[in-house]
Amino acid sequence: MNLGDDLYREIILDNYKSTENRKSLDDATFSQEGFNPSCGDDVTLYLKTDGDTITDVTYDGMGCSICLASANMLCNSLKGATVAQAEDLIGRVKAMLVNQEQPDFPDGAEDLEAIAGVSKFPVRVKCALLSWNTLHQIVQEIKSKPSDR
Amino acid sequence: MIDQVKDTDLGVRADFPVLSRLMRGKPLVYLDNGATSLKPQSVIDAEVAYLRDNGATIHRGVYEFSERATTMYDDARVRIKRFVGCPEDGEVVFTKSATESSNIIARSWGAKFLRPGDRVVTTEIEHHANIIPWQEVARATGAELAFIPIGPRGEIDPGDVARTINDRTRIVAVTGMSNVTGAMPAVREIAQIAHAAGALVVVDGAQLVSHHPVNLAELDADFVIWSSHKMCGPTGVGFLYARKCLLEQMDPFLYGGDMIVKVTKDRATYAQAPEKFEPGTPNISGVIALTAAIDYLEAIGMDRIADLEDRLLARAEEALGEIPGVTLYVPDSVGRRGGILSFNVDGVHPHDVGSMLDSEGIAVRAGFHCAQPFMRHMGVGGTVRASFYLYNTAADVDALVAGVRRAKEFFQ
Repeated sequence: MNLGDDLYREIILDNYKSTENRKSLDDATFSQEGFNPSCGDDVTLYLKTDGDTITDVTYDGMGCSICLASANMLCNSLKGATVAQAEDLIGRVKAMLVNQEQPDFPDGAEDLEAIAGVSKFPVRVKCALLSWNTLHQIVQEIKSKPSDR
Repeated sequence: MIDQVKDTDLGVRADFPVLSRLMRGKPLVYLDNGATSLKPQSVIDAEVAYLRDNGATIHRGVYEFSERATTMYDDARVRIKRFVGCPEDGEVVFTKSATESSNIIARSWGAKFLRPGDRVVTTEIEHHANIIPWQEVARATGAELAFIPIGPRGEIDPGDVARTINDRTRIVAVTGMSNVTGAMPAVREIAQIAHAAGALVVVDGAQLVSHHPVNLAELDADFVIWSSHKMCGPTGVGFLYARKCLLEQMDPFLYGGDMIVKVTKDRATYAQAPEKFEPGTPNISGVIALTAAIDYLEAIGMDRIADLEDRLLARAEEALGEIPGVTLYVPDSVGRRGGILSFNVDGVHPHDVGSMLDSEGIAVRAGFHCAQPFMRHMGVGGTVRASFYLYNTAADVDALVAGVRRAKEFFQ
């Protein structure tokens, strides 16, 4: 087995090392912390929304390369997306990682295909999913609030 | 050099079938012994032999196979008692895990005897199994949970133990060997201090008993917990040692069959310990196979195992310590340590180090090691942990060191 091919693809390492999205947002509309008690990964997502549109999204926290790379990809793929598109993307990521379905991502989110190999490592799936589960919580919060438009 | 290699190989690897298997297509280098140990063929054979050739339950059958199963089961209790130098009969209870044993102490002794304002003293280096049951029982009884101050790497100064114990202290719960650093607190000295103040001592022996010779009569603890699966025996069998007078005072933990004397519609009277704490059909095959594990460990000698681990630990510490950017979590001058080494590679998450080692067939633990308060104390979000046992060799240590070097290069 080649770990470099399966788990640590170069795109993952690039996303892990990228610091562009790794910061808090002072004017975030929504923020949510996600914590993985089994390994200590701890990621907070910050979302800035304008109506239904996610205008900015960042994260900070600490975690393994898979966890932080996945969070970084989340940020890159959600800027300018609608809440509905975010929800759709959560479903696609989970389908890929949990149900081992063939990855199928819209333009701008293709990097996420790089984490498909993680699905072969069950204990690492939760690392890749932490930021997406956290995003899911935020989406639920947005949907539970009456629109202020 | 030849002697050094001989000294770092007890020549027992052929006894462990799994060591000839491949993991991720590579020869298995098993360094997760702090979590559980591998099983020798003799233990596997003993468990299979009972399941294949007997299969009857214990204590109740009036037929030959049940009598034989009962004899083997009871023999295991005699053997484990002797293995840990337990002075009296009837003081070792079979449970399902060291964790269950800990809960029995907290619930059956703690919940019954702790009063508001009483103090339970423990440490931040404990495994969660030796903290959480006490948190819960302290909350339920109004007792106070106090922590002995520790050094930067979890060092315990017996002087600080004395300062933490007050005249309301009823329990001092401390590990015999840290599952994070391998440190072995001065349990005998701590027991003397606790006893002088009228407190009882609980020792978490999960690591200690499987890696070092232990004599409970000398240890002088009031309760000791440990488990079979960390000492080459099957999973699902744990032990609770307690002084007989304490077991007599304690209420049962679970109620049901095989732990009673007489049952009427309204009430029941209970058997003596240990049966009082062993309701239901136990893990018979596991307990019987435990005897084979004790045979195996005694034939090799716990002192030889401990000496081997000393040498492997020294080799690992020296070689990993030479890698720039590797931090070893080694306590200062706390005397002898068991064969456990925690470390981190700068800028690389422990799970990533663990996954890189996994890809080379090397099994380590990465994360909190069920010791979050200790991790918080050391200011780390987890460590990589290599832990040794009797079948490990210098070659295993060298494979670990090479793997850590590769992980470091990969992520740089």
